[in-house]
Amino acid sequence: MLSSVRLKTARGDERVACELCHSLRPTKPLPKNMEELKEFHLGMQFKHGTLPCTSCHSAGQPPRLHLASGAALEMVDAMQLCAQCHGTQFRDYTHGAHGGMNGHWDTTQGPRLRNHCVDCHDPHRPQIQAVHPAPAPRDRFFGKGLVH
Amino acid sequence: MVGASLGATAFAGAAGPLYGWAADLSLDEFLQKHYTELKPDELQAVLRRLEAETKEDYGADVQIEDVRPQEGVQFAYALNLSVCTGCRKCQEACHHENNHDRATNNSYIRVFEMDKGTLSFDHGNADYDHAVPKEGKFYLPVQCQQCDNAPCVTVCPVQATWKESDGVVVVDYNWCIGCRYCEAACPYHARRFNWQKPQISAHEVNPNQAYLSNRIRPQGVVEKCTFCLHRTRKGRLPACLEACPTGARVFGNVLDPNSTIRWVLENKRVFVLKEELGTRPRFYYFFDK
Repeated sequence: MLSSVRLKTARGDERVACELCHSLRPTKPLPKNMEELKEFHLGMQFKHGTLPCTSCHSAGQPPRLHLASGAALEMVDAMQLCAQCHGTQFRDYTHGAHGGMNGHWDTTQGPRLRNHCVDCHDPHRPQIQAVHPAPAPRDRFFGKGLVH
Repeated sequence: MVGASLGATAFAGAAGPLYGWAADLSLDEFLQKHYTELKPDELQAVLRRLEAETKEDYGADVQIEDVRPQEGVQFAYALNLSVCTGCRKCQEACHHENNHDRATNNSYIRVFEMDKGTLSFDHGNADYDHAVPKEGKFYLPVQCQQCDNAPCVTVCPVQATWKESDGVVVVDYNWCIGCRYCEAACPYHARRFNWQKPQISAHEVNPNQAYLSNRIRPQGVVEKCTFCLHRTRKGRLPACLEACPTGARVFGNVLDPNSTIRWVLENKRVFVLKEELGTRPRFYYFFDK
């Protein structure tokens, strides 16, 4: 999910790496407001508080990020950017209590792979979206309010 | 004379299902000792026999291991109710990992949809079928709490269920007589009875199995969550945790002061379900928003 956007393409809804286009053509400076974004950016949704694009993206070079201090930041280090505002989540993440993972609880026996912030939260619309749940069990006794 | 004949007929009728059942029971299985009394070579023979039976009954090639507790490990689980969205991915992962019956879509996990401000899952609804999370609701996944003072263990009349040294409550599925006392005793509705022989097609069977956990259970026995001991006793995370897309689940060794579970227990306001019953669960819940 890092450095990519979810787009409606000929093959349906899929993620496309920014670099797919931006390595071939120069990136234009950011527009004043989001409605002016064109082409592949049209389907993108923006609902990250009231932040303007330039809170995170460098105005002249949108594929680059910057911290609140103005210091430049590579895309792969985006977690530092998120941590500036979401300190409690970053603290919990650091201690393994926020964010999905897989692999080993005992890291002496094998690796543990952690999710990145943007694996679950679209940075442009970070709130987790509603999903349809997996099917309920079909128990003999199962019905509304009955749990035996 | 007529009375005696009627009596014999009635007896034959009543005992009929038992004969049918006994046909499935091999002599080796009938004579098999309790898990804790099996010598290593006897246990190996049992595992190989169960593998052969799985091949015969389900057409699946499986490996059934005996995985023992690790030294210096005590498992505990914590679940962040503030981030659980009720998507039931954990329940689904459990269903597949633990070779549950496909017909009933069974699982060791029930996710209850609860009104905010309530905490009694007896009034929750595990049968919801709409987009989640829903406004005004929160979601409470419940599975075996691996109690340190487990009522299910106390009530078992044949000691077919017991607590292991790493905290996991297990069942010897070949020793269980199916009386369902444990199911009735569990305040968390964590035990299930196999009313029928589980149905799974060969290609869907998870072949990595253990005697005390996810091997396909026989008909007529009670089954339960084992914190995926076939995985966790080898250092891996439980299947339900890996499936959780929100990171609501935290698992680990409470004896390790640097573990994630220890950090949660020391820094979050954790609680257990039905604390007043004195069951001392190893499954903790917390809200952090």
